[in-house]
Amino acid sequence: MNILETLQRLLMDSGFVGFFMDGGWKNLIMIAISCLLLYLGIVKKFEPLLLVGIAFGCLLVNVSNFYVDGASSANALYHPELWSAFLDESSQYYHSYGHIMANGGLLDILYIGVKTGLYPSLIFLGIGAMTDFGPLLSNPKSLLLGAAAQMGVFLAFFGATLLGFNGNEAASIGIIGGADGPTAIFLTSKLAPNLLGPIAIAAYSYMALIPMIQPPLMRLLTTKKEREVKMEQKRAVSKTEKIIFPIVVSLFVILLLPSTAPLIGCLMLGNLWRECGVTARLSDTVQNALMNIVTVFLGISVGATTVASSFLSLRTLYIVGLGLLAFCFSTVGGLLVGKLMYKLSGGKINPLIGSAGVSAVPMAARVSQTEGQKANPSNFLLMHAMGPNVAGVIGSAIAAGFLLAVFG
Amino acid sequence: MENMVSLATKMGIGEAGVTAVFGYLVVFTGLALLMCVIYIIGAIFQANARKKEAAVVAVQEAAPAPKPIVPEKPVAPGSAGHVKRFDVPDKEAAMVMAVVAYQMKKPLNELRFISIKEVKEDEV
Repeated sequence: MNILETLQRLLMDSGFVGFFMDGGWKNLIMIAISCLLLYLGIVKKFEPLLLVGIAFGCLLVNVSNFYVDGASSANALYHPELWSAFLDESSQYYHSYGHIMANGGLLDILYIGVKTGLYPSLIFLGIGAMTDFGPLLSNPKSLLLGAAAQMGVFLAFFGATLLGFNGNEAASIGIIGGADGPTAIFLTSKLAPNLLGPIAIAAYSYMALIPMIQPPLMRLLTTKKEREVKMEQKRAVSKTEKIIFPIVVSLFVILLLPSTAPLIGCLMLGNLWRECGVTARLSDTVQNALMNIVTVFLGISVGATTVASSFLSLRTLYIVGLGLLAFCFSTVGGLLVGKLMYKLSGGKINPLIGSAGVSAVPMAARVSQTEGQKANPSNFLLMHAMGPNVAGVIGSAIAAGFLLAVFG
Repeated sequence: MENMVSLATKMGIGEAGVTAVFGYLVVFTGLALLMCVIYIIGAIFQANARKKEAAVVAVQEAAPAPKPIVPEKPVAPGSAGHVKRFDVPDKEAAMVMAVVAYQMKKPLNELRFISIKEVKEDEV
């Protein structure tokens, strides 16, 4: 063994040399960004369960992969060029998972779960098992607030088109306004996988920032008198109604928009397990063990898509800006329809519950509760806001289904 | 990366606007229809619940008035319950229980006496 030659080879293979290669400095910036995301997740507790995984995936992929001359490093954990070939109709590896499995790194293999839509669907299974649709059933008008709060999705879609994004990309950017991470990942992985990293990071960061984004808009668009409104207790919902609900929603929504089947189907199956009373073990597993396992894979594999060569661009800044606009307009949409309901009901509905229509369960409902209580300390809006909140989950899944049907 | 980007074509502003408005309407219509379905289901269940309540009230009205409930004597704090006595006066029963507790070397409140019966000579 020639020691000098071996040392030289080790040095040339090391990542440190990669930083001095063409474009290697971008990896350094991405490593700094991943550290910032880790800080936000760990110290500031911004959606830590997913953001810490995404940030570490970002760190891993940019430490291991120096994308030079269109090819990844030998030891890269994630290979963007394999996924380009996977999506290229003229390539012999078009839609070949075998090629990915044979040549991919660890994160390529984990990413298959994102690409196939497996992880977001399984997350929806857990969300369904954790969600009580009782407040929605006792006040079905909540569904209109959930629909109104999808306004940001379509305005951001339009804005993205104006900024030069193509239809698939604009649809993926717009869905950030649904404030639903798994839905955003599901749609983006189908329509614009090249934007998955920035969109997932924007979606989860803004979801964590909801207590800061929404209150100023809520105070701006409502009067003190409106915010003070105390809502009446709604009727009790029977167990049988709760069991029938997921079956009816699955039948109705999937027949209406078949492209929503993976998300709505899993959401409602999880909820049926929760409510039917004979599958307590399954309900417990999907909302705890399975949810945690999938979160591990989802976070790290989404983080893997933040390859420096594609992430560091002006388009990422556009996505971050459009994502914020989407969140704001979704909040505004919910509040405006909330105000309309306030007028039509003769002042019985507090318009603050409208902003909870932006999914982000239960964070958005808690914000409605906090703002309502600030205006009137004896106000208790949480259960009333949970109706639009869970309606928003269904609404964002329908919005994603529509965009998938149009652009998929 | 560029390959992926070029997979879809750019949209015109008019087409994007129509798609956005149409999409928002589809979401609204879908959820409004779902709201109607939930209202119908809720109405059916509420009607059933009202029928059941009415049936229960009718049965209660038709049934004869229940016998007045005689309240039981309250049990002393720490007591294991009442003791049945057959031809034994209070004082003698208390004495018997005290003797048994003394002989067993157990506090009285840890013993449970079910019944105390005087054994007559002719029964022996």
